[in-house]
Amino acid sequence: MTPRWARPGPAALGVRGAALALAAAGLAHTLWRGVHDPGHALAFGALVTIGELARWGALPGEREPAPLGAAGALAYALLGRSDGEPTSHGALQVVAVLAAAQLVASVPQLARGDGPDADQVARRLLTVTFAAVCFQPLYNAGLCERWFGDGPYYAAFLLLLLGLTALCDAVLAALLLRARTLPRGSRAAPAPYGPFLRDELRALTGIGSAVCATGAVMALGVAAAGLWALPVLCVPLLLTQLSFRRFAAVRTTYRQTIASLARSTEIAGYTPHGHARRVAELCTAVGREMGLTGSELTVLECAALMHDIGQLSLVDPVPDGATALLPAAEQRRIALLGGAVVRQTGVDARVAVVVERQADPYREQPLSARIVRAVNAYDDLCGEGLSGPLGALEQLRLGTGHDYQPQVVESLARVLARGGLTPVPLG
Amino acid sequence: MKATRGAVRAHIGAVALGAALCASPALSPGAGTPWATLGLLAGLCLACELPGRFPFFSGSGPIGAGSFFPLLLTAALLLPPPAAALVAVPGSLVGRVDKPPAAARRIWRAAELALAVWAAARVHTLLGGPAALGGPAPGSPPDLPYALLPVCAATLAFSAVLALLDGSILLVAEHLPARRAWRGLLTRSLGPHLVHGLAGLMMAVLWNSSYGPPAALVVLLPMYISGWVFAQYHREHAAHRATIRALVQAVDIKDTYTRGHSERVGRASVLIAQELGMDRERVEVLRFAGILHDVGKLGVPTRVLRKDGPLTPEERRVIELHPEYGHEIVRGIGFLGEARAAILHHHERLDGSGYPYGLSGRGIPECARVVAVADAFDAMTSTRSYRRGRPVPVAVEELKRCAGTQFDPRMVRALARGLERHGWFGAVTADDTQLPPPRDAESAGPVPAPLSPRPDGTEGEGPR
Repeated sequence: MTPRWARPGPAALGVRGAALALAAAGLAHTLWRGVHDPGHALAFGALVTIGELARWGALPGEREPAPLGAAGALAYALLGRSDGEPTSHGALQVVAVLAAAQLVASVPQLARGDGPDADQVARRLLTVTFAAVCFQPLYNAGLCERWFGDGPYYAAFLLLLLGLTALCDAVLAALLLRARTLPRGSRAAPAPYGPFLRDELRALTGIGSAVCATGAVMALGVAAAGLWALPVLCVPLLLTQLSFRRFAAVRTTYRQTIASLARSTEIAGYTPHGHARRVAELCTAVGREMGLTGSELTVLECAALMHDIGQLSLVDPVPDGATALLPAAEQRRIALLGGAVVRQTGVDARVAVVVERQADPYREQPLSARIVRAVNAYDDLCGEGLSGPLGALEQLRLGTGHDYQPQVVESLARVLARGGLTPVPLG
Repeated sequence: MKATRGAVRAHIGAVALGAALCASPALSPGAGTPWATLGLLAGLCLACELPGRFPFFSGSGPIGAGSFFPLLLTAALLLPPPAAALVAVPGSLVGRVDKPPAAARRIWRAAELALAVWAAARVHTLLGGPAALGGPAPGSPPDLPYALLPVCAATLAFSAVLALLDGSILLVAEHLPARRAWRGLLTRSLGPHLVHGLAGLMMAVLWNSSYGPPAALVVLLPMYISGWVFAQYHREHAAHRATIRALVQAVDIKDTYTRGHSERVGRASVLIAQELGMDRERVEVLRFAGILHDVGKLGVPTRVLRKDGPLTPEERRVIELHPEYGHEIVRGIGFLGEARAAILHHHERLDGSGYPYGLSGRGIPECARVVAVADAFDAMTSTRSYRRGRPVPVAVEELKRCAGTQFDPRMVRALARGLERHGWFGAVTADDTQLPPPRDAESAGPVPAPLSPRPDGTEGEGPR
């Protein structure tokens, strides 16, 4: 995380403030009124604490670094009975237990000098509060029992509530991510909200649904079998977390290897230093600005990283590696050579297509290739040193008749005006 | 061959007969088999197997049969043994098989799963498991800490029977010695099966509770998702390997002399590492070190790499930069670990006369010493366009001669041992068919083609 994001925008501040107020209210209320069912509060608090501790070994690409903590907290929010007996804790006690568990779990982290990510803690607190506020008052008033009974309909009701909670979480997460794209005080328009939300919603099918399912099953399992159900139900979720972690690890390695392959043209002296990385970062920002999400963004990033790989086949380097200044036929030949290399790398075949078509006139290109072409030209032109960023943009605008798509160039201008590159969530 | 096939058929037949005998009491009229539960569970198993059969789903479903083991164990806990044995049968009979003969493999799979589930259910019943699961009525809660015991015992029985049968078919069909056939089968599968068993226990408890089967199925979701992620992991892993190969092929684009060299150096490095008794992880790292040792040639101008004839001192200096370029390229790849040092130092010599840093003796990282020997060995034994490769024994003699000054004698001895034990394939022949016939010094035009090994030492070519 770059220091630029360290100062939160108004949206992030609002979320954190709300979470802080809620936690304070929950703790105060619980201290004032005393703890209902202390055994259960302790058991769930311990579960959440242990689950949150798992954040430690988290890799950068993980979407939910503490699934056990999330599932435990959701289960406590939706806990209506235990071992057949009804429970009596209210929504505020749920908030208090979660806040206390988060505090305890952050002690070792604080001791090491790096605090927990405030945004994630706030998000977890708000999401769980949403579930608890939807369920606990209804249950404690006896309405739940009257409407749904204690059978399959009750289970379906819990699942429905969890679905709503997941949606609420996705909305919050997208809001926080988007807030990070803007430095505080910037007046430029922030990145559009839609793509962030779409990404978050898509991610729900992964670990998100496993967390929700485990949360529901824990609530039901404890209702049917008592607290012994908790450790037994942790095991499958831990397995899921392990799989996700391994997947994130191999994915990180894979990205590193692709980046190395992309950097080889720089070391060979074909392209200027840092060119591939800069083009990849700008391309993803522009892609997000234009509404690309998920796998489309990944393809775009990969293609941008490897767009110059075809130059390895040249016996002599192009001056400064600036392919944008070569004759069109030569550009296309290098693009085709690059596509041939990319096809061997085992990445998505769409990446090779983008690399192959990067030098075509924009009307014949897929959108990703248009973005790569414009951004590559921008970086090449900036590197010339004569015109600088503004001159480079001007030249791109002059080329919108044939080479560069006007919308792409305008998106690029907006991204540059914002002065910040959009972070790409992994996974 | 024929005798083997007969024996395999007899073995499969016997196991299938055993399974049928175990399951048959369920079909007798007075057995009181709970057909609804049985049908639901069997249908779910079938549904889990189907994605593997249709290409439309094959990209998205979890691979292997692991995804429905929790269902089988649930069946073992919920149903009487003969009925439980039937649950796996429909799924196994339509499931995907990778190799022919399909029919025999399907029957074998159905029979072995039926027997394993039957054994698990039997053990569970003997330990009083069914009563511990509780029921829907308010007065019969599950007896939870105790219920764990029968479940673990049942899972153990399930794993043991599966391992026993898996080993037996290896013994009969592949003629593996008994110790190798069974080695590791049980220990490898017991952990995952215990997780499946615990999931099965919670499914069974919820199934019997007032919330009913739909709530129980939700337990499966995390298991299913972890199977799905696991499949994606494998796909990503394969893609990663392909990318590593692409890095190597990018070198081949530039330096056409050394095609296939990198892969073979990787293999020779593995050979040495195994002889030295390194653990598996380190052997893998050395494989990558060997494969990627020349990746720095990407940084050397193509003109210099492809030049025929003697190099000027200036050009030689440029080529001698390739270990450093290589280290720079792979610097960001975390998992390579030690291999990065090997790439940087594979041209160091024991007496300190190598490059880039002129390290000597123990100062050279161990893996770099391994790769240096592997590199020189392959450079000597492989055929290049300008000369034929030397026979393996000659190359080993040459390495032994230079051991102590250029190479670590320990690595040379390990290579010699490894070659004796496993042989060396494709050393001389690999490139014969792809490259043009050796050029003649007299007819090659203005620049005489080098007939002796190139004197630049770029491939660890000449022990001199």
